[in-house]
Amino acid sequence: MKSISELTDFYYDTLYGDLKELEEERQKIARKLITLFVILGLVAAAIMLAIYRESGGMHDGMIFVAFAGVAIGAFAMKFMTKDYTHDFKFRIIRPMIHAIEDDLVYRPNDRLSETLFERSGIFRQRIDRYNGNDLVTGTIEGTDLRFSDVHAEYRTKDSKGRTSWHTIFQGLFIMAEFNKHFKGRTVILPDRAEKLFGSLVGSWLQSKNFSREALVKMDDPAFEKAFVVYGTDQIEARYILTHAMMKRLLDFKKRSKEEIFVSFVGSHIHVAVSGGDRFEPAVFKSLLSYEQAMAYIATLKLAIGIVEELKLNQRLWSKQ
Amino acid sequence: MSTTLIVLGVIALILVLMYNSLIGKKNQVDNIFAGVDAVLKKRYDLIPNLVASVSRYMEHEKGLLEKVTALRAQATKPNLSDERVIELDKQISSALGSIMVAVENYPQLKANENVMHLQHTLHEVEAQIAAARRAYNQAVTDYNNAIEMIPTKIMAGFMRLTRKQVFEISEGERQNVNVKELFNA
Repeated sequence: MKSISELTDFYYDTLYGDLKELEEERQKIARKLITLFVILGLVAAAIMLAIYRESGGMHDGMIFVAFAGVAIGAFAMKFMTKDYTHDFKFRIIRPMIHAIEDDLVYRPNDRLSETLFERSGIFRQRIDRYNGNDLVTGTIEGTDLRFSDVHAEYRTKDSKGRTSWHTIFQGLFIMAEFNKHFKGRTVILPDRAEKLFGSLVGSWLQSKNFSREALVKMDDPAFEKAFVVYGTDQIEARYILTHAMMKRLLDFKKRSKEEIFVSFVGSHIHVAVSGGDRFEPAVFKSLLSYEQAMAYIATLKLAIGIVEELKLNQRLWSKQ
Repeated sequence: MSTTLIVLGVIALILVLMYNSLIGKKNQVDNIFAGVDAVLKKRYDLIPNLVASVSRYMEHEKGLLEKVTALRAQATKPNLSDERVIELDKQISSALGSIMVAVENYPQLKANENVMHLQHTLHEVEAQIAAARRAYNQAVTDYNNAIEMIPTKIMAGFMRLTRKQVFEISEGERQNVNVKELFNA
């Protein structure tokens, strides 16, 4: 697999022509958008001022105008960047994915299915709305791998009947074939209780978590501090989470710089890495900036590199 | 009057909870020990086959092979105490380890498909045993903590619960198992 520096070279050398064209396009769009936002802001301010004068004070209508202004702005931005986003994904993201591994298939408008997301058992909340994009599927060194951006939400209604949406998870969701046989379910979550209440009270609270399977206490202090493990089978959980595997997962978390959730279900490993929508083109930042390039490269490297990093390609002999 | 009743009720409730939690921990240990036993049996089943396959070539290690066979015979006897199982497991692990190292000295064995098959199967079973031991040790630690910590210590005294022994995990097992290396061996 290509290293980060090789990918950076690829980004700035091979893709330079496309990047430059897209960058010009981006600057045009950014200028148009800024003009639009200024006009929208002025119009909204004028209407709000008129309402203020008319009603002689604060009025609900002003809030409505502000919301409408933001909504129109967001819609216009989405509409105006549509072609640019499409071009960016086909001319930049797709070649980068193929540079890492030729056989991977990239579908910008597709996502990891909701069934697979639910089956991972990481999130227990009922899902009312499920979105995502940038699906990548394929095989790395004989190991099946698929990942995409995912956004799962649930809906609540308050006493006045107003609905609001809450995020269950947003970020990168990776699924890969695991190199060992197992039957049950093992789920690894960020350790929030122990962080809040200390290890004694925290672990007591975790053992009383009825929405989850039995608590599995691991014998690696650093891992136990960062994560909490629930599983259907105490022995199997430790068969999967060897000392080496725990160390690799800790390293993976460190590299991702985000909260990570992991589960082992149905002969697959699922890894959810929190964060925003990842493979979207920058609109108000230069595509040529190093920081921007690194954001794309690091994400791809993290997702595709999972096979190598967690050594999923080193099959047990009976699973070859 | 009613205050006394409430106090007595609360004390009774605490006693019941303590009793139940101790029994729960004790059963968890037994439960996981059954799992340990199951994977250890898997390994015992492999031993006769392994000994039969390698004994033709291994002239210098006859003593080692006999030792492993004898240990296996002891380990498969019924009604062994937990402590005895733990002790035998330790000895068998070290004897099998020596055999595996000795296999390296015999090119004929390394070319033998049957031996290689057994060796790979053994590695997998070892990984399962390692996991089972760790699970057992955690359950025993929880149990030992409970019977030695106040206030459950007093209750455990009445229930005649005693400390249980854990598996010693050798330094070799704590290290990362490099599967690739094992396959290339």
